[in-house]
Amino acid sequence: MAYTVVGQSVSRVDAVAKVTGKAKYTDDFSERDMLIGKVLHSPYAHAIVKSIDVSKAKALPGVEAVLTYKDLPEIRYATAMPGVIEAIATDEVSVAELKYGTAGHPFSLDSSHRDKEDRHILTQKARFVGDNIAAVVATDALIAAKALKLIEVEYEVLEALTSTEAALKEGAPLIHDDCERNILASGGYEIGNIEEAFKDSDHVIEGEYETSIVQHCHLENQVSHAYVDSDRRIVIMTSTQIPHIVRRIVAQSLGISWGRVRVIKPYVGGGFGNKQDVTIEPLNAAMSLAVGGRPVKLELSREEAMIDTRTRHAFKFKIKTGINQDGKINGIHISAVSNTGAYASHGHSIASSGGGKFRYLYPTKALKYDPITVYTNLPVAGAMRGYGTPQIFFAFESHIEDIAKKLNMDPIEIRKKNLVEVGFVEPLSKNKIMSCAIRECIDKGRELIKWDAKKALYKKQSGDKRRGLGMACFSYASGTYPVALELAGVRIVMNQDGSVQLQLGATEIGQGSDTVFAQMVAEILGLPMYMVHVISTQDTDITPFDTGSYASRQTYVTGMAVEKAALEIKQKVLGFCHSMTDTPAHLLDLKDQWIVFKESGEKVQALEVVAMQSYYDRVHAQPITSDVSNNARINAIPFGVTFAEVEVDIKTGKIKILEIYNVHDSGKIVNPLLAEGQVHGGVSMAIGYALSEQLLFDEATGKPLNNNLLDYKLPTIMDTPKIGAAFVEKEDPTGPFGVKSLGEPPIVSPAPAIRNAVLDATNVAFNRIPMTPQRVFEKLKEAGTI
Amino acid sequence: MYDIKGYYDAETVSEATALLAENPNLKLIAGGTDVLIKLHGGQLEGAELLGLRKIKSLEHIRVADDGTIVIGAMATFSTVFNNPILRELIPILTEAAISMGGPQIRNIATIGGNVCNGATSADSASSLFALNAQLKLQAKNGERLVPIREFYLGPGKVALNPGEILTEILIAPEDYKGFGGQYIKFSMREAMDIATLGVAVVCKVQSGNFAEVRIGLGVAGPTPLRCLEAEEYAKGKKISSETLAEIGKLAVKSAKARTSWRASKEYREHLVEELTQRALKIAVVNAGGAELV
Ligand SMILES: Cc1cc2nc3c(=O)[nH]c(=O)nc-3n(C[C@H](O)[C@H](O)[C@H](O)COP(=O)(O)OP(=O)(O)OC[C@H]3O[C@@H](n4cnc5c(N)ncnc54)[C@H](O)[C@@H]3O)c2cc1C
Repeated sequence: MAYTVVGQSVSRVDAVAKVTGKAKYTDDFSERDMLIGKVLHSPYAHAIVKSIDVSKAKALPGVEAVLTYKDLPEIRYATAMPGVIEAIATDEVSVAELKYGTAGHPFSLDSSHRDKEDRHILTQKARFVGDNIAAVVATDALIAAKALKLIEVEYEVLEALTSTEAALKEGAPLIHDDCERNILASGGYEIGNIEEAFKDSDHVIEGEYETSIVQHCHLENQVSHAYVDSDRRIVIMTSTQIPHIVRRIVAQSLGISWGRVRVIKPYVGGGFGNKQDVTIEPLNAAMSLAVGGRPVKLELSREEAMIDTRTRHAFKFKIKTGINQDGKINGIHISAVSNTGAYASHGHSIASSGGGKFRYLYPTKALKYDPITVYTNLPVAGAMRGYGTPQIFFAFESHIEDIAKKLNMDPIEIRKKNLVEVGFVEPLSKNKIMSCAIRECIDKGRELIKWDAKKALYKKQSGDKRRGLGMACFSYASGTYPVALELAGVRIVMNQDGSVQLQLGATEIGQGSDTVFAQMVAEILGLPMYMVHVISTQDTDITPFDTGSYASRQTYVTGMAVEKAALEIKQKVLGFCHSMTDTPAHLLDLKDQWIVFKESGEKVQALEVVAMQSYYDRVHAQPITSDVSNNARINAIPFGVTFAEVEVDIKTGKIKILEIYNVHDSGKIVNPLLAEGQVHGGVSMAIGYALSEQLLFDEATGKPLNNNLLDYKLPTIMDTPKIGAAFVEKEDPTGPFGVKSLGEPPIVSPAPAIRNAVLDATNVAFNRIPMTPQRVFEKLKEAGTI
Repeated sequence: MYDIKGYYDAETVSEATALLAENPNLKLIAGGTDVLIKLHGGQLEGAELLGLRKIKSLEHIRVADDGTIVIGAMATFSTVFNNPILRELIPILTEAAISMGGPQIRNIATIGGNVCNGATSADSASSLFALNAQLKLQAKNGERLVPIREFYLGPGKVALNPGEILTEILIAPEDYKGFGGQYIKFSMREAMDIATLGVAVVCKVQSGNFAEVRIGLGVAGPTPLRCLEAEEYAKGKKISSETLAEIGKLAVKSAKARTSWRASKEYREHLVEELTQRALKIAVVNAGGAELV
């Protein structure tokens, strides 16, 4: 289809606001006499609070409240603010005892589908270094920090389980008493008969792969403020991806009805999944309640945010693949151990989702997936861009490379032999592949990097610097259907001049969704971009219901609601014009702020005239608005590939990426420049994942070693090569304007592509990331290369 | 919010030394890129700061009549990097300067602060060690000169007496004239990173032989250090791969590397051996010698 606005690299709707500093983030908002909250973190990874004495902290001038696991009780509802917050919890349950889950998933009416509720606002049992034991509210940050030091805590220190092996060993202490062994959940799937598939195979090849704990490192740390308003409700302004879910979880954590909470989300400085979780908000609300509803701000430092929010699950994989001489895979068996840290958060969903999105790429007769998700005394792992897929694709795309090498097959040919085709119905989700350009993506990437010429060139190398090429593929999804609810809400109001306000439940968190939604509306209503005003702030009192930004769902899922809402506006405009001109609506269209004849383009009425009439006609006035909700009971599968060229300094173990290309099949690209931005961001995150990033902990104590941006090696722009982004645009029939998702996909395949390039350069297979210089040195030494 | 109790400014060195003499609790602050990090991390509390940024005389870089290079302690890394004299005469210092932090940090961080902070990873230190720099320390009642090798006492510990301010860094003509050098910062990132190893070498070449070699290493021990055994060995030796290999091995002997979560002893020593050779290879060419192939 030919579009005028969709498909154009229009400027971000928030570009000027952001570069001029006019865009306001949570920290830019202030309430009068705002107090400051700070958290007392456990210094032990596994310990029970034996006693806690807050008297000295309370006595410090400027300290307004001290909260502990014992002192979050319902007294606050009963006496401090009688009648203000009515606890739906009965008298027997105190807030201190209430457990809640934090994951940013839509609520499920089916209780068996809910996330595990294993968290308290403040805990008596520390389960990781950084766990929240107590908190203070004071008139300024320095006093709050001093007060924390005056809190005296006596701990009974328990054995710190800092690895999944330690957590799973016989007789290991339980991190959560209600769990048998330290397993949060297990269970995957089996399609076909794996043993038979292996029997029918010419070769059965095994491999083991491992990924590490990394952190999102979004620019804006978690920050919020909370107060009780004149309507006696708790208002929280927070940097979140999921305002409506925050509202629910804060209410659950306090045992109050959901309507008692209002959440406001202004501009957000990045989330990458870490803000698809509820972290500081319940405590922030409790802090405000502890001081009679006065405003309290809670902001994490980088050091805190790196351990006391969420991380990416580290995985260990064992893979076994049955394959025929001709390269056709018969069966794949993947076992996985996922390290979820101290609390469930998104927990087993990460392992499940990674395993789910993997099923679309290489359909096989038999596929078996056995993941288990294990609790350890490490920071809590949650959602992070890619949601389990960077892990499983690192493992499998490394594995298939190893197979190709073993069987002396071309790595591209072996993949092509097994790739999915249009029409494939994935047996478990029943999602059908309606568009697929993975082969074209591969061909394009191969050409961009000059694969064939360079492969020949790098055949025989012996110097200190060796080059190699690698590639890896992925499949993803657009939203979570059929696993979870995919509801999106959109409201459009047309103004007197024909311009519109666009209000969305889906949150702009830097990815550019506000802009592509505005493009969709502009396209449908024949408006220039400047006449579409996006309300970027979400306020749960006002904003239509949408579960938020995650799962690469916005352009596809929310896009459907946007399309629906804009079409409704269009119908109403044309209908109104019909009533004004007697020209049947079905003959009309919208173009360049005019109502025109669909066929000839002849002008019928200026949009502005219709809009004015809709407001002020003495008989027919009815301003044009739409307010829709869309439940997307469908999914579209995006694909893509990374091609990478590296140079390995054999003597120092340093890997340099010379060239890297991500080629995506994400359907129609609504805004090429923004799409490229998504790819650049995702690839650069993946480069850190492959080469340098890892949160490290002392094995014995679980103490974090590098929870700051000096010691945690997030790549700088100087470490980032020029990233090539390319797209093969095949419109998917299910999505609005033919789109498929693109938010998370760019991070999935670079790490294995880089690993495969290093294998090509050195002949050494690195099965664990990150491939830091020291690890590369050690492994090359072991292999006798140095 | 920083835990700062008081802040004082001095406009001249004598004003600063007088203030210091009066109040021994004053903590000097230059660019503040180490001091503020310590305040943020809680290693410094209730600080009373004495700012040196108004003392413009300490920003100068010049060559004295006798050929001594004089670098004011308050010269920022950007100033050092952009200084034409230093670029020409001692490029191993300007290379070290540009390898440091990022543009914003280099615009505010001073070379004096770098040295006085006492970190083994200080990017200027290995070059200043290789250049035999001398430090001029000024107190209310007089000044003294200390060779940089005697200044570093231990991690974060330097030989500043109470009341003293570092005013100038001096490099004598005999220590740089006729030398070629090279600085290699080996770090996990290309910017905004602390060195895993810093190697600064200078050498003088005479008809295919090393006339003199000096090797300064950072992060190879608790303080920056020199590889005296390797330097001694190199004197008069023919410039060859074999000689370089031996120098690399001997350099490891001077290193006091240890295993930490940042890097293992074995890896650090391997880097000392390898990077000393790499740096020397380039230094030879910079000193007018022939390239080793
Ligand atoms: C983001 C970041 C990146 C960094 N990257 C690097 C890097 O790559 N390489 C590197 O080496 N360092 C790095 N640093 C550390 C720091 O920037 C340097 O050590 C810098 O040179 C310190 O200089 P300053 O002027 O900021 O010192 P300050 O912080 O002001 O002072 C440092 C110490 O020296 C003392 N002091 C300062 N001036 C004098 C004086 N004239 N006489 C006596 N004592 C004095 C102070 O009391 C204090 O103890 C980095 C720091 C940051 C925050």
